[in-house]
Amino acid sequence: MNPGDDQDRSAVHYKHTTLSGWGHFPALDCDLYRPEKVSELAEIVTGNSSSVIARGSGRAYGDAAVNGGNRVACLTRLSRMLAFDAESGILRCEAGVTLGEIIEVFMRRGFFPAVVPGTRFVTVGGAIAADIHGKSHHRDSSFGAHVKSFTLMLASGEIRRCTREENSDLFWATLGGMGLTGVIMEAEIVLRRVESAWLQGETVVASNIDEAIEAFERFDPIYDNSVAWIDCLSKGSALGRSALDVGSFAAPDGLPSSKRQQPFRISHPRRPTVPFNFPAFTLSGPMVRTFNSAIYINYRRSAGHKLFDYESFFFPLDSIGNWNRIYGRRGFVQYQCVWPLAESRAGLIETLEAITNTGRGSFLAVLKKFGQQQGMLSFPIPGYTLALDFPVADGLMEFLERLDAMVLSRGGRVYLAKDARMRAETFAAMYPKLAEWQQVKVSADPSNRFSSSLARRIGLSPQ
Amino acid sequence: MRVLILGATSPIARLLAGRFAQDGASLYLAARDSGEAQRIANDLAVRNGVDALSGRFDAADFSSHGEFVQRVVSELGGLDGVVLAFGTLGDEDAAQVAPGAALSTIHQNFTGAVSLLTLLARILETQKHGFFIVIGSVAGDRGRARNYVYGSAKAALHAFTQGLRGRTERSGVHVMTVKLGTVDTRMTWGREGAMLTVSPESAADRIYAAYRRRAEVVYVPWYWRPIMGALKLIPERLFKRTNF
Ligand SMILES: Cc1cc2nc3c(=O)[nH]c(=O)nc-3n(C[C@H](O)[C@H](O)[C@H](O)COP(=O)(O)OP(=O)(O)OC[C@H]3O[C@@H](n4cnc5c(N)ncnc54)[C@H](O)[C@@H]3O)c2cc1C
Ligand SMILES: NC(=O)c1ccc[n+]([C@@H]2O[C@H](COP(=O)([O-])OP(=O)(O)OC[C@H]3O[C@@H](n4cnc5c(N)ncnc54)[C@H](OP(=O)(O)O)[C@@H]3O)[C@@H](O)[C@H]2O)c1
Repeated sequence: MNPGDDQDRSAVHYKHTTLSGWGHFPALDCDLYRPEKVSELAEIVTGNSSSVIARGSGRAYGDAAVNGGNRVACLTRLSRMLAFDAESGILRCEAGVTLGEIIEVFMRRGFFPAVVPGTRFVTVGGAIAADIHGKSHHRDSSFGAHVKSFTLMLASGEIRRCTREENSDLFWATLGGMGLTGVIMEAEIVLRRVESAWLQGETVVASNIDEAIEAFERFDPIYDNSVAWIDCLSKGSALGRSALDVGSFAAPDGLPSSKRQQPFRISHPRRPTVPFNFPAFTLSGPMVRTFNSAIYINYRRSAGHKLFDYESFFFPLDSIGNWNRIYGRRGFVQYQCVWPLAESRAGLIETLEAITNTGRGSFLAVLKKFGQQQGMLSFPIPGYTLALDFPVADGLMEFLERLDAMVLSRGGRVYLAKDARMRAETFAAMYPKLAEWQQVKVSADPSNRFSSSLARRIGLSPQ
Repeated sequence: MRVLILGATSPIARLLAGRFAQDGASLYLAARDSGEAQRIANDLAVRNGVDALSGRFDAADFSSHGEFVQRVVSELGGLDGVVLAFGTLGDEDAAQVAPGAALSTIHQNFTGAVSLLTLLARILETQKHGFFIVIGSVAGDRGRARNYVYGSAKAALHAFTQGLRGRTERSGVHVMTVKLGTVDTRMTWGREGAMLTVSPESAADRIYAAYRRRAEVVYVPWYWRPIMGALKLIPERLFKRTNF
């Protein structure tokens, strides 16, 4: 059935438009709704029998919040903060509130989201649906670990409250469930207490992958946050050379006196913006090589103990508006995988070698160690995770399938919030709790009202 | 400061209320949809730590306005300013053929505003201070085939607030008329041919800045003034054949 066949039943307007994720690939035509009232959301979900998927800020890289030929409900206008309890740090808010807004309101009161990804523009709904991880995963696990409850709108329009005790199957299926169990409307999340906007930490340089792993093992018990930037073009004995940033929120007495007076204040530099899609040649091999080396050299110079402001520590890319445009019109694909701990070293070496051999430089390559898993389809498992960017180019899809096979053979998996191209068979083999998840999906959404381009591609809902 | 927001569920009004809240104002958020108004009140309270009340009113239900205004004033403990943001395009096709639909659009944009502004002006005038921010539209500057019913209501609202300004200025009550261009809200979402659309954030910031400098008639954004100025110069003979 075509979307819009029964448009007259729903008075809510939509915009027919081309939608994509942050990677600009794939870009598909959808009917985009943007409810501004709770009642409008119910009309969108129940007023039309074609499929619909919720969308937050569209920061997932691939097609998770895209529903080609069907409907998408963007929740960014349902962004009301409803209650806050300073005693427990629990915030109740609507799903469209972004983590950036939470920081803006609560940093100065001494609270910060317990888990933040590499950009502050994601919504609470998107953070739950992808069960996102941050630089503190080894300590705090994923976003879901700090969610007390949420309300979910089912296909019937019925609203269910889900917690670890109440509707717990829906709770665990929705964490990491990529919007396919229903629309998350409100959530209660626990904010962490912080004493300043600064992180006390270090930058550590590792000259190869073994030193990098050693550094994670050494620093993770000491610091709350850790992340490494890998130069993924270096080869041989320098394979995996990287720079590690580690840090924990600082107490005011750890700050220099100039900052102690106003510990929550940092200066916000003006954001430069990438004004248009770059032409394809700019990200050619030599450019990426120069960039990667420059980063590495710059880090080597600045290694040692440091004070980071939270923005440059957690959200370095947010300081450049629309940075995704540097990849040009064809867009790019992120590839993020994780290997079980025992297979991580071998998996990393194998993957980095495959990249250096083909000369497909990744502009950004990020390494991180994970702790415990949450939801049924949540991505993180204990082990090392590698995130890579590749501009869309001939032969890329075949290359990534080779990486898939390598990751799968070691019991690893690929992250759905970054994915734009994985095959259904590969996905099914990577996520062992899929059958359990399917059971919850069938009972909560028997007619597959909630579907997305991602869901159809990887077999989470029928074609 | 105590401010009443009429039509609080408009995203422009919500953000404008946020600007007042940041400056410490107590707010009363009123709309037909009182559940939504309450959510917005909670949001303003959580974000800004101010008192925010909410309640229901219907612009077209004139007989309820007296009691509504009394309730607002007593709950807020007084009144220092009013933002009038309610309005609707209504059913444009129906309004062209059915008098009932046309009158409904007029009531929700104009007559209802006349009723409320008259009641509220009495209060502000008596206490000799206060302000009105009235959201009109560039659609009121020239009647267009597509939405002239709405446009005529806004034109009437402009003239009404103009006169009100002349009268209440003497008792220290300031009236600002906002002639708003296209803003990205549910009113324009998915409509064809929307031009020069700005975000509600940008609209609210500009309106608040104009309020702070005590503007009288302000186009938001400013470039609608020359655009509408030029449009008004097109002879009727030509204009009626255009697609504006
Ligand atoms: C620069 C950058 C850095 C990133 N770093 C990280 C990182 O460090 N760790 C990490 O885990 N991720 C990271 N991401 C990915 C991002 O955190 C996730 O994709 C997140 O889900 C995006 O949230 P969003 O609000 O943009 O949601 P969208 O991208 O719009 O949607 C993502 C998914 O959430 C679902 N969804 C959104 N809202 C709702 C709702 N209300 N109810 C039900 N389902 C909903 C959608 O259906 C979709 O499946 C990064 C992304 C970028 C662009
Ligand atoms: N968006 C634009 O491009 C644009 C351009 C020019 C001018 N404007 C004007 O800007 C103002 C805000 O509009 P918006 O774009 O933000 O649209 P909106 O979201 O539809 O807001 C309209 C507001 O009016 C209220 N309202 C409508 N009918 C009402 C009634 N009978 N009684 C009480 N409240 C009523 C609505 O509340 P409930 O639904 O809860 O009742 C809502 O708060 C309006 O005056 C509009 O005319 C908008």
